[in-house]
Amino acid sequence: MATDTLLELRGLTKAYPGVVANSDVSFTIGKGEVHALLGENGAGKSTLVKTIYGLVKPDTGKMTLNGVAYEPSEPRAARASGVAMVFQHFSLFDALDVAENIALGMENPPQMADLAARIREVSEQYGLPLDPNMVVGDLSAGERQRVEIIRCLLQDPKLLIMDEPTSVLTPQEVEILFKTLNILREEGTSILYISHKLEEIRTLCEHATILRHGKVVGNCDPRQTSARDMAEMMVGASLHVPEKAPHEAGEVVLSIRGLSAPAPHQFGTALKNITVDVREGEVLGIGGVAGNGQDELVAALSGEMKTAAGMVVIDGREIGRLGPNERRAAGLCAAPEERNGHAAAPDMSLTENALMTGAVRKNLVKNGLLDWPAAKAFAEEVIKAFDVRTPGPANAARSLSGGNLQKFVIGREIMQKPRVLVINQPTWGVDAAAAASIRQAILDLAVSGTAVVCISQDLDELREISDRFAALNEGKLTPPRPAKGLTIDEIGLMLGGAHDMEIAHVDA
Amino acid sequence: MLTLEKRPQPSKAWVYAAPILAVVITMIVGGGVFALLGKPPLEAIRTIFYDPIFGDFASYSRPQLLIKAGPLILIAIGLSFGFRAGIWNIGAEGQYIMGALAAAGTGLAFYPMEARWLIFPLMILAGFAGGMVWAAIPAFLRIRFKTNEILVSLMLVYVAEAIQASMALNLMRNPDGHGFPGSRNLSQYPSSANLELVANSGVHWGVMAALTAVIFAYFILARHRFGFDVRLAGQSPRAAGFAGVDAGRLIFVCLLISGALAGAAGMFEVSGPAGRVSIDFNVGYGFTAIIVAFLGRLHPVGILIAGLLMALTYIGGELAQLSLGLPGAAIQLFQGMLLFFLLAVDVMTSYRIRFGKTE
Repeated sequence: MATDTLLELRGLTKAYPGVVANSDVSFTIGKGEVHALLGENGAGKSTLVKTIYGLVKPDTGKMTLNGVAYEPSEPRAARASGVAMVFQHFSLFDALDVAENIALGMENPPQMADLAARIREVSEQYGLPLDPNMVVGDLSAGERQRVEIIRCLLQDPKLLIMDEPTSVLTPQEVEILFKTLNILREEGTSILYISHKLEEIRTLCEHATILRHGKVVGNCDPRQTSARDMAEMMVGASLHVPEKAPHEAGEVVLSIRGLSAPAPHQFGTALKNITVDVREGEVLGIGGVAGNGQDELVAALSGEMKTAAGMVVIDGREIGRLGPNERRAAGLCAAPEERNGHAAAPDMSLTENALMTGAVRKNLVKNGLLDWPAAKAFAEEVIKAFDVRTPGPANAARSLSGGNLQKFVIGREIMQKPRVLVINQPTWGVDAAAAASIRQAILDLAVSGTAVVCISQDLDELREISDRFAALNEGKLTPPRPAKGLTIDEIGLMLGGAHDMEIAHVDA
Repeated sequence: MLTLEKRPQPSKAWVYAAPILAVVITMIVGGGVFALLGKPPLEAIRTIFYDPIFGDFASYSRPQLLIKAGPLILIAIGLSFGFRAGIWNIGAEGQYIMGALAAAGTGLAFYPMEARWLIFPLMILAGFAGGMVWAAIPAFLRIRFKTNEILVSLMLVYVAEAIQASMALNLMRNPDGHGFPGSRNLSQYPSSANLELVANSGVHWGVMAALTAVIFAYFILARHRFGFDVRLAGQSPRAAGFAGVDAGRLIFVCLLISGALAGAAGMFEVSGPAGRVSIDFNVGYGFTAIIVAFLGRLHPVGILIAGLLMALTYIGGELAQLSLGLPGAAIQLFQGMLLFFLLAVDVMTSYRIRFGKTE
């Protein structure tokens, strides 16, 4: 257990034009302590860890590391002092192998053979299986993260900062990661752990600091505090849990029949013989680790990727060869994962973005001519119904925060009252309150009779809204099972690709 | 230290200020260059920008303004669709030549028939078609084989020039021309002549076509689904795919539009100001139009203004060569600078400069 203090923050304040990101933040991290940093998006977590990692200079306040004043001017200085960080988004080159990627991040890389040996050594020592000669493009998200972690461990850090490390992992991979972190803890390395996932924090961390609007609003021992209490401290209000009004699933609306498609690009995933039906009023949750065919499945359903006609069927009509707008006319709306540049055009106004997918079902184009007043009215309707925070529909999409843009994108599809809604990662990067309202809107849409396919990596989310659950693994879809009563272990096995488990199924 | 910071929204003010500032900087730096060449800078600038319209010989040079601006604007409008969508047709010059050859060939085939009502419209259609066919080649290769349309369209300019020389020397050579290269004079053949519509104004059918194109393009971009698709594809190709824009079709249509307008510009030129197919009747309008398109921010009204400005530097440049003895290369440098500074100043539209230390 930690007795000594490793890092102490005192009165850190950082203001940006128009917003105070951190205000008088103070806390300490003990040696060998796993310290959780909790907070909603925009609570100031990123600014705070960037300060510790030397990317941001605080306006006022002091940091001491091991009793010595610590003022890193840049990440290199932070690393030299023993502070390492694993970012949420990896900075790896797909075309290079593991050892080459790690060498690129080093000041004085050793000989490749020596480095490969070191990587093997460290990966065994910490239980992180990784082959230094593998090409990164072929690795899973979990393995990529291991590359980043090992890159840090090679510097022998005193403090390891991890930003949302489990968002891309299967439950089994999370277990491996936690074992590694526990080994590190026993060796006396401190870990600053940032996550939304409260259950994880309860099993891993011994101390938590909670941020809201840039201020420390609470401290707790997560092992002694319930997830709900922590969530309410983060939000500063009691949380609304989405509810689905009871109803019966109706007719089959969407049939996916033997959907197969080659990988659209080198690091894409081929879809392999996916078959599933979705009924009126039903939410089919599809879980899976990123890169297992989610993007490709959405593209095949939205019409961006065409397939054989009979592979996608709506209300008995074969639409596999139709383009996106013809599918919208047939009743299928979709919302891809990437907001900027895929679901929305960042430099265009919200009105233009509303027109982008709403043209067909909202009748915004007549004889090829755009009906701008109608498009503006539709954008305003979405903004109002989904509480999108923006001065108005004339603002560019990129001026919205991630969560607000996500509300707009999802709202735009829901307001079109589709027969089938396909969404990928509906609440990715969205704060808890907004996420809850998006989930509620999805459930309400289902109750009104829409068949919903929700693809997500957030298993809690899927368990909350799905009627049936299926997992995508290397482009294959497991047979769906009723979501009620599925345990995390069972889900983990489905995600892990145990396609032979069908025999062992006990009908729920 | 200077740092660039991305603006949350593109600045409206800078969209308009950037071209003006670019012109001003070009005048200053260009004036400096003229001074280094030993010419009086202020007089040179005045000769280029002022004299063609208000100078002593303006009655001669003023009509030239529209004669030169017409094809530049017509071609630039066509190019602007593709450029907005990220489709880079660099070969308008070749499409211009092929349009001119197709139109001239049509006109000459009817010589000396007297049926202007039939021949002149047919020549316009031939001009469209010639340019379109030439632009369809890079479009087809790009869609079918993923070739780079920049290279293909550019290389086809040189092919077109070779065909043009061959036509001037062989097939289209004037049988009554005593063996000199070059075709019959189309502007003196009543059925094909692209005449000045208002005396001493420079306004011919090509200028009317350019104005029509400006209005039409403005309408398409602001009000038509096609214009929306073009803008969307240029800004976010993936979002365009999601919105249902067929990328291949868009490439094809954009290249055909630019080819058709460039070809039409060639037709109006060969039947009017140039008059005949010669070895080198093309004067680089197709390339200069690229500058015009960007100088005009790919916006129809901007292109109209930029085309006039560019024509002014052409005429003013010629005047400066005559009256001040400025070398022709200095004028080309001057025009190049205009695009260079525009692109440089353009950064301000999306970014703001911050002085001081970075974090």
